[in-house]
Amino acid sequence: MPRRLLRNGEVAVDEWRYLGEAEGAADSALILTFDQWASDREQWLARGGRLGVILGPAHRVEFLAPDLPHLDLVGADFPNPSEGRGYTQGRLLRERWKFAGELRATGHVRRDHLFFLARCGFNSFELPDSEIESAAGAVSTFSVCYQPANDLGLQVKLRHR
Amino acid sequence: MYRYDAIDRTLVNERVAQFRDQTRRYLNGELSEDEFRHLRLRNGLYIQRHAPMLRVAIPYGLLSSAQLRTLASIARRYDRGYGHFTTRQNIQYNWPKLAEVPEILAELAAVEMHAIQTSGNCIRNTTSDHLAGVAPDEIEDPRPWCEIIRQWSTLHPEFSYLPRKFKIAVTGSPRDRAASLVHDVGVHIVRRADGELGFEILAGGGLGRTPIIGQVVREFLPREHLLSYLEAVLRIYNREGRRDNLTKARIKILVRSLGIEEFRRRVEAEWGSIRDGAPRVTQAEVERMRGFFEPPAYRRLQESEPAVGKDAAFHAWYRYNTGEHKMPGYRVVYVSLKKAGVAPGDATDAQMELIADLADGYGFGEVRVTHTQNLLLADVEQEKTYELWRTLNAAGLATPNIGTLTDIICCPGLDFCSLANAGSIDVARLINERFDDYDYIYDLGELDVKMSGCMNACGHHHVGNIGILGVDKGGEEWYQITIGGAAGADASLGTVIGPSVAKADVPETLARLLAVYVEQRHPDERFLDTVRRLGVKPFKERVYAAPAAA
Repeated sequence: MPRRLLRNGEVAVDEWRYLGEAEGAADSALILTFDQWASDREQWLARGGRLGVILGPAHRVEFLAPDLPHLDLVGADFPNPSEGRGYTQGRLLRERWKFAGELRATGHVRRDHLFFLARCGFNSFELPDSEIESAAGAVSTFSVCYQPANDLGLQVKLRHR
Repeated sequence: MYRYDAIDRTLVNERVAQFRDQTRRYLNGELSEDEFRHLRLRNGLYIQRHAPMLRVAIPYGLLSSAQLRTLASIARRYDRGYGHFTTRQNIQYNWPKLAEVPEILAELAAVEMHAIQTSGNCIRNTTSDHLAGVAPDEIEDPRPWCEIIRQWSTLHPEFSYLPRKFKIAVTGSPRDRAASLVHDVGVHIVRRADGELGFEILAGGGLGRTPIIGQVVREFLPREHLLSYLEAVLRIYNREGRRDNLTKARIKILVRSLGIEEFRRRVEAEWGSIRDGAPRVTQAEVERMRGFFEPPAYRRLQESEPAVGKDAAFHAWYRYNTGEHKMPGYRVVYVSLKKAGVAPGDATDAQMELIADLADGYGFGEVRVTHTQNLLLADVEQEKTYELWRTLNAAGLATPNIGTLTDIICCPGLDFCSLANAGSIDVARLINERFDDYDYIYDLGELDVKMSGCMNACGHHHVGNIGILGVDKGGEEWYQITIGGAAGADASLGTVIGPSVAKADVPETLARLLAVYVEQRHPDERFLDTVRRLGVKPFKERVYAAPAAA
């Protein structure tokens, strides 16, 4: 069954595949873990097709920064409900390193996290399939915010800029 | 005080709606126990020994009389007729029903209150000096800055899933009455030699299993950068704080393992790349916030001596339970929540309503919560203190013990808390029974006794002049005693005097410690200073000299 996700506020079928998932076209959009990417960077760059890399919580965004021009997708993994480093990774990718591609949250992602994730620059979310429809509205749980963050495309009223 | 506008109101109402939905999903099985735990904790809801415990934020300890009446009404209708004021200026309810919590939050929202981030690994309620705005020694009122921090930290998208909880205290006076040196971050308003006001920023203080005094990260921070600097501190902590071991996850462990110089270097480097961006505190915003904390309409009064000709009980109360005020003819009045036989910090619904009425009658409609678990009417005319005392006394709220041995700081302990190893409320009761001679208590002078039922140190025992820590010894409740701790600007951690003692021996142990003090003190020397001068040895020798009489 193709994977569905929430992207830019809409339910979408994921055209990306993770390395090791069923083979697609030779140049299909491919997602690697950071370690897979780092171990053979040149080979992946020579491959052609779109590439994405998922950072683990302990990976520093700075490691990936020089490679961002080659990547169409960067992800942050949330292996458990209390993980919070990905929020900082998201903001740094968008604000410091000006990453403009798809920023995806993977792992333990539930609708209750979407508002904060979206404010940190994430625009795609791998949720449990049963929760995708009901989660679509969660990025607008709040219509107001106190502090500036990375509010690409979010309709929130800010007290401070 | 701060009043909500449309943005604040919308935010708390949307939060209530969010939590109502989360509770509904949990109760009908859509959310697992663990998933719901992470969500409810960010709304102050613990599952405790008997029932859920709901912690409600009282930002920097400031309440209107209307808010206090709502807290009383919640205590009556959703709890068992009382609430517990905490060392971080919050209130806790011990018996709410989970399904009713969304209703409670809705009632709080109606009076501009909430329980957002009162637990969980996020930025907690910002606390401050309970004498803010009225203390004669104040450099500047810290409350506008507290409110600025409260708003910035509320639902902060990047810092809501930190390695561990994060507590900020702000003071505006050189005398630290907010225990800021044992907070994750302490913000001190300071005046530079050229007259410029700014902030000294400390980090890495904390109690718990590993008590540490905070260290200076930056000596002078220009005011407009307060939030960007806090953001840099939090970002370093969020990225680098340990997440593999709960007991090593607080920022104090990060600061200690990096060393303050390296920690400072990282914070400053991070700040260097964000300082000129958002969030910046504009002068207009500071002025707007100041407008909420303008002094009330004080009358022009002369200093007077209201105790003249009144009875001795009033004299004692006036001396211990009232304090200096920056305006002539006014006093601050402590409402003691430390009556013998009552759990320290507890107030009944009727008491809260009475205090709300007294706030309207004598204190411009405002009440404050102190970090020593008492309440305070901050602006009382000296001439009216006698009639105020009569009312408080009749309601059991005038125990004349502020700052003395029986003004004990105490966590809820084993009776309520699922983390505790040992009871604390009944130890407070035993101490009160043993020390009921006020002449003796007053002779002992300033004395800070603090008690926690476990290592989490909610009762701040490490920084008590006498600290009492409950420990579990083979299923029995025992108590480890420390002396020489202090929470103020000269903060220090207490030293353990020796093996822990049985519950029944705690009062005798205190009696022996105090006997050494009385024998050895210099004229006008506080207990704390005697301990600092003599060291632990003579105290220890006396306590363990012979078996304590049970």
